[in-house]
Amino acid sequence: MASSDQSTIDVSNLRVVRNGNEILKSISFHAVPGELIGLLGPSGSGKSTLMRSLLGVQAITGGSARIMESVAGSPALRGRLGYMAQSSAVYLDLTVEENIRYFAGVLAQPLSEVARVMDVVALTSFSQRLVSSLSGGERARVSLGVALVGSPPALILDEPTVGLDPILRRDLWRTFEGLAGTGATVIVSSHVMDEAARCARLLLLRDGTLLFDGTPTSLLAASGASGYDDAFERLIEGHQ
Amino acid sequence: MNLRRTLLTTRRILEQLRHDPRTLALLLLVPTALVGLLAWSLVNRPGAFDSVGPKLLGVFPLIVMFLVTSVITLRERTVGTLERLFTLPLTKADFVAGYAIAFGALALVQSLLVSVLSYTWYGLAHQGVPWRISLVALCAGLLGTAFGLALSAVAHTEFQAVQFMPAFILPQLLLCGLVIPVSQLPSVLRAVADVLPMTAAVHAINPLESNQYYVGQFAVMLAYIFAALIVGAATLRRVTK
Repeated sequence: MASSDQSTIDVSNLRVVRNGNEILKSISFHAVPGELIGLLGPSGSGKSTLMRSLLGVQAITGGSARIMESVAGSPALRGRLGYMAQSSAVYLDLTVEENIRYFAGVLAQPLSEVARVMDVVALTSFSQRLVSSLSGGERARVSLGVALVGSPPALILDEPTVGLDPILRRDLWRTFEGLAGTGATVIVSSHVMDEAARCARLLLLRDGTLLFDGTPTSLLAASGASGYDDAFERLIEGHQ
Repeated sequence: MNLRRTLLTTRRILEQLRHDPRTLALLLLVPTALVGLLAWSLVNRPGAFDSVGPKLLGVFPLIVMFLVTSVITLRERTVGTLERLFTLPLTKADFVAGYAIAFGALALVQSLLVSVLSYTWYGLAHQGVPWRISLVALCAGLLGTAFGLALSAVAHTEFQAVQFMPAFILPQLLLCGLVIPVSQLPSVLRAVADVLPMTAAVHAINPLESNQYYVGQFAVMLAYIFAALIVGAATLRRVTK
């Protein structure tokens, strides 16, 4: 594991208790620039809470989360973490271009950035369409586009590929690989275990506990399973 | 507060409304049509519209703006755009001021429309300065906006927000002097009515009062506008517990 001075994300013994429920139980991991990390786990395992803690919009009960040498949620980080939430979190009553232009403006980015981002998410031909008239997959790309504005050094993408057709999913994963290739730290969550194969590194989360942290091949090798669903099952059984 | 980010937010809100011509038309035309309806209904009672009409110019913008603002800001919470904005360099003050300016501009257009039509087509003969009535309508619109922003922190769904309207607006409507003059209310209610924002709006429209009296009523309205905006900003939470 990388030394902490070059890690983008540094989480140690992170705990989150919400309404008396322990959502995250002592999570620790580091991430370095250029890593593409899949955060996998069933729904309700705490993936979104972990991501929201990194963004500083979820209060932390114990432990620490540091991003680029700052405490998660500190003003210095605002705009340096690209975030795509599970809800599309874009304005349905604005066009694609107006949405991206507003967020680019908040981030003090030039107008050329709007065109660049629409090109990356392949929405240039939709730029004048209202988001409310777009399909779920197209809305997800608008949301991803907003997260990419200003090329933030870290991206936190919460289930960006859920419900999308296989071709679109493949294209998005290629986009994520490309972003990691430029040195960004990319964390992508999913509850579809088969997406594990797309990541260089996996974090498996269940009931607020990290069950596994390593490469997809080492997961299969360690569990002796043939598929990712099977491997996850064996991990859970071994853990109990 | 950052002026550039505030104005970008204002522009974004106005763009949203531009794509929703029905809402925009309802916002601008409903108060105008209501005052027109009142003028028409009182056409056989000379002088009646002159005394009641102006007071409603202080009431309708407040109600309309309150509803629209509370629902549109609540939508920012439920859709997730507010959370996204809070991961960006946008302050709560930028956000609230952006809304106040956007809806303040709309309130201005609304107040001009309703007062110009009142003095021309509706035949209003009010013993007051026309611009003062427009100013009251503008303040009433801003009051509605500011309270709508503050309320969206308390209401968790759009359904609740709509139900806050009768809870928040109707008591003021009963006490503001439209139904019976404030001076004829029981003393406890009169004390309450005297400090309510809608009462100040209705009072500021009264003809034949001293300048000092008008300044006092406008000061009450402005104090409420700023207090509600500050509460609105303070109750926005960047971090969920």
